[in-house]
Parts: sequence; C-alpha cells; structure tokens
Amino acid sequence: MSKSLFQKVWDAHAVRTLANGQTQLLIGTHLIHEVTSPQAFGMLRDLALKVAMPHRTFATVDHIVPTDQFAEPFADPLADAMIKELRRNCAEFGITFFDRSTGKQGIVHIVGPEQGITQPGTTIACGDSHTSTHGAFGAIAFGIGTTQIRDVLATQTMALGRLKVRRINVNGRLRPGVYAKDVILHIIRILGVNGGTGYAYEYGGEVFDRFTMEERMTVCNMSIEGGARAGYVNPDETTYAYLKGRPYSPKGAEWDAAVSRWRSFASDPGCSYDDVVTIDAADIAPTVTWGINPGQGISINERVPDPKTVSGDERTSVEEALAYMKLQPGAPIKGTRIDVAFVGSCTNGRLSDFQEVARFLKGRKVAAGVKAIAVPGSQGVGVLCAELGIDRVFRDAGFEWREAGCSMCLAMNPDKLVGDQLCASSSNRNFKGRQGSPTGRTILMSPLMVAAAAVTGTVADAREVFAVADR
Amino acid sequence: MALAKITSVSGRAVYVPGNDIDTDRIIPARFMKCVTFDGLGEFLFYDVRKNADGSDKAHPLNEARFKGATVLLSGLNFGCGSSREHAPQAIQKYGFRAVVAEGFAEIFFGNCTTLGIPCLVAKREDIARIADAVNANPQLEVTLDLDAREIRFGGQVVKATLRETDRDALVNGRWDAIGELLEGRAAIQAAAARLPYLAA
Repeated sequence: MSKSLFQKVWDAHAVRTLANGQTQLLIGTHLIHEVTSPQAFGMLRDLALKVAMPHRTFATVDHIVPTDQFAEPFADPLADAMIKELRRNCAEFGITFFDRSTGKQGIVHIVGPEQGITQPGTTIACGDSHTSTHGAFGAIAFGIGTTQIRDVLATQTMALGRLKVRRINVNGRLRPGVYAKDVILHIIRILGVNGGTGYAYEYGGEVFDRFTMEERMTVCNMSIEGGARAGYVNPDETTYAYLKGRPYSPKGAEWDAAVSRWRSFASDPGCSYDDVVTIDAADIAPTVTWGINPGQGISINERVPDPKTVSGDERTSVEEALAYMKLQPGAPIKGTRIDVAFVGSCTNGRLSDFQEVARFLKGRKVAAGVKAIAVPGSQGVGVLCAELGIDRVFRDAGFEWREAGCSMCLAMNPDKLVGDQLCASSSNRNFKGRQGSPTGRTILMSPLMVAAAAVTGTVADAREVFAVADR
Repeated sequence: MALAKITSVSGRAVYVPGNDIDTDRIIPARFMKCVTFDGLGEFLFYDVRKNADGSDKAHPLNEARFKGATVLLSGLNFGCGSSREHAPQAIQKYGFRAVVAEGFAEIFFGNCTTLGIPCLVAKREDIARIADAVNANPQLEVTLDLDAREIRFGGQVVKATLRETDRDALVNGRWDAIGELLEGRAAIQAAAARLPYLAA
C-alpha cells in the first residue's frame, strides 16, 4: 500500500500503543534551549531519572542572548541564570551544547540543519513551536511543552496521537520579488490560523521542487502559525546536496546507505491524503500582515479590511486588530510609516535571506528615523556573511549588524520595541505585544520587503523600490 | 505515584471573550525568564490586565465578583502560538482547573492534558449561555462532566467534547504519561535498534 512520508516516518518510530490510544513515538533527535528546558531537567532530578540518549540530544542558547554584545555575565541576571542553568544541565547529563565558544551557537532551528543533525526520515522534537522548520528535510518535527521535554529526555519517546496529512501543492512559478515568506503567509491567509489543527502539512508542487533548502525551511517554519503541528517537504537531490559534508552528516560508505534510506521515506506516488489544497504560484504577491495574527495578511497593493464590509465574529476581530494596529479601515497598507526594521529570526535569518537583501540594498540608505537591525540566525551565518561582505552592505546602508540570536522576534532579550513603535519584521508572529512592548506593532513580511520598508521609512513594494524585475 | 482521576470539575466560571487568544497574550515572553514555573500565576494575561504602571485595566479577571473562578471560558483557537508550557502553567497556578472554549490550538491542548487541565470544546451559543448565566450570577456553580461529556449550570445542560485519547487519560488518571512511557523501555530499545541513525 502506498504511504505518505508522514505515515512511513510515524510507523518507523512507533514504539507501541498506549492505554489511552495514543502512540509512544520514538524521538530520534531532541533539540533543547535555555527557555523551556530548565524545568524539565528539574522534573528529571525530582524523579531521579537520567537522560536516555544524551548522544541524540543537542543544546544551544538563542532566546535570551543579547545580540549587541555577548559578554558574560549578561546584564540581565535572569537571562544570565538561564544560560548558566543550561550549561550545568548539559554538563551533568552529558549533552552536546553548542555554546558561544564553539562557534556553532545560534537559533536552534538554524543550528540543527546547519550542523547536519536534521536529516530525512527522522523524528525531531524541541520545546519550541517553530520546530516544524526541520520538516524541510523530510523529517517529522514537533514543538512540545516542558513536561514532554522531560518525557523525551527520560525515555527518548513521547505520547502523541497520529496526525492527518494535508498535501499543499504550489504549482507554476513565483513572480520576481515573491519569496518563500510570501508563499507561507499566503497559505495561512487562505487556510486560516487554525486551518491546520489536527494536520501535518506536506508541501509540494513545482515551487517546492525548485526551492532551496533555506526556502523550504522558511515555509515549514510557519506551519504552526497555520495551526499545523508539523509541516514537511519530501526529501530530494536538493536535500541530499545540502546535507553532504556537514559535521553530523553520514560520511564515506555510510553516506550512500543513508541517502538510499532517506529516499525510501519520500511519499509514494499516488498515496492518499486526508486533504489536498492546490495553489497557483502566479496568485501569490508580496504579502504583509495588517492585523494581530499571521492569518491577517494582504498583498502589498491591497487595502486593509473595513469592518463594515464583514459581519459577525469577523467584524469583531477586524475591529480589534485595526484598533491595536492603529490602522484606518479600508486604507492602503502601502505607505504606512514604520519605526523599526528587523531582518532575522528562525524564519528568515539564514545566509540566503541576507544575501538576497544585500543584492538590492547596496548603495541604499535606511530612512532617517528608522532603527534597522540585521541579526544572523547563527554564528555560522554571521561568519559566512562576513566572508561575503554582506555585513558590510547592511552596515553601509545604516543597519546595525548584530550577533546571533532570536533577537526582536520575541522580546526575551534586550531587542524590543518601545511604546507603540511599528516594526517591519521578517519574523513569524504579529501577536499583540510579541516584540516586547505591550503596545508594540508588527507587520510580517519577507526580508526584501523589510529592506524596502527600511529605506523608504514606510511599508513599500520591494519590486518598485528596488526595481526587482530589472535585476 | 497515582494520578487523580479527573472525571469532573466543578466551580465558578469566568468568561474571557475573544478568538485566537495566543500564548503571548496568556503569558508575555518576558515572564518566561525563569528556571521554575513558580509564581507564574500572577502574570496570567498580564498585558491585557495591567497598565504600564501596574494598575488594573478593565478585564474580567480583575473583577472582584469573578475572583476564585476555577473554570475559564473563551472563544476559538484558544492557546495558539508558541509551545510554551508556561501558558497552561500560568492558568493552573492562577487557580483555574479547566478551560472551555470553541476550539484549542493543538500544542496548548496537549500541554494542558499533561498537567491534568481538561480542555473542553463547546459550541459558541452554548458558551454564550454559560457566560450569560455566570455574568448574571458569578456564584453559579458550573460542572464539567467528562464522563457524560456535558456541562451543567443553573439547571441547564450543554454538550461538550474532548478528544477521546485525552478524555481517557484524564478520567483514568494517566494524563501524565511518564510512568507508562518508562514501562516501555524494552520496546524503546527494540524500536531504536531498527533505526541506524540512533546508534551511539
């Protein structure tokens, strides 16, 4: 019987059925970070348990690190206590920690792929909802809570119900100036922020076939914003080429055996899905959010909704969002003044994100009054950007070039909005207060759209600002 | 350690209206700079409950008449966003023992079950009826019956649903899976041996 990748990976990792009907699922790779793991280690100690597979557990520090200067102790004593606690836990339980001194530190969802830890046909868990990122490699990757981190630490398994699978085809070719970020914002806009509840999303079609691994990661990253617990792309030659030669990738004869195993996990042609959605790439434009969840998006040339034109529940939501965002009903989004521009995060903090912006940013200047920051997702990304002179392009344009971390995506570090500042952001969430000020406002968009906003001081169409079609 | 069999929750209720109430709203990220979950209750819904100077905003949880409520009522897609267990921990430490909503985000829902917090799904009009009743009489006792899959209040009864695996775990006292997961040690070793990438 033909099967989807999800079914194959699930079946290969199913240990047994639990009394309540859930599956005890083996988690091959466990990624941990400083925010959601300390309590789990505390629970482990309370139960006098050890880490079942320390060699399959990897740690890094990302959420709380200052990106302007890393010097320890951190100015924030709470943040300093968290990094020390992670260091202690990793040392005590024999876990590899990609600490700053290793040169491999960064956002957990950037470090895993970069090190070759994220591999096809595997299961991955991490106490962070954007763990879905790793699905780009044909892994099934789950964001989990702290008690489940304890479960995975103690047993390398967790209790989970099988998900349904929705195949999402994006056919045709993306137009110039339209990026992976626009694809996922478009998908969430169509299917809704809870449309994926109960599903894993399998992304495919010509657009995904052509996408680089980094583009696939951007889309899979935001699966959770559409309510899907996991999202993945079937592994192919692009996947294997990316993984070849990375520190944790198989070597020598093991490489060929691994590729052959990985290949066998791809969804069989003709396998059945619980749902199929097909999207024409030509319908996707540069997309920006106007509201307070990632599903509240429009293309750059549309107007924000007018509550008068919608009814019931939706009207209440639109009114609440517009009031928070301080946007006028029915106004064009283009031209909205911004205060801050942020390029970075686990969604868009990889080499290709900075590379693409640098192509167009050269010779341009950040508008007066705009604070613009660029934050590589890992030390590795930072080094590559420096080698290629990308950091210089950003600095010359007036961006602050920072060190690796989650930075302004979630405001657990010094990078925060102030008051009701409006931020053009390449991150993944525009929730109320997400970027650190209870009244701060976020507009999600692709990195190049952030650059366009930075140089014009307004929400702008990058295709016009940078004459994208002519390049 | 035997876990409580959670077959019902009874208590006073409070309605926090809205759809897509995300985990950043339930517990803003800055309060996650901690290495234990102690004390998170006071930061529940902090930015929608408090002004910058610490004074109260208009919010149902700030109303004296709803103090001591143990059942939280809300709208669609409650708990969307991050996987932070800090959100259900804050809800539990504030004093809530159950949540009733039109729908829940998946990771949040699972985290709640694992903490023994039943998350029941009810229809919008039924949640509105419960909300009307408790707003009229905040002392009203609301009972969530996980066996009968219904909610009873002031002589009225409405239907409620709960994913069967989670309902089973709650009513049979196996909502914290660690004991059962540990019992599977031999099966874990066997399954791991079949997967080359797990070799030490």
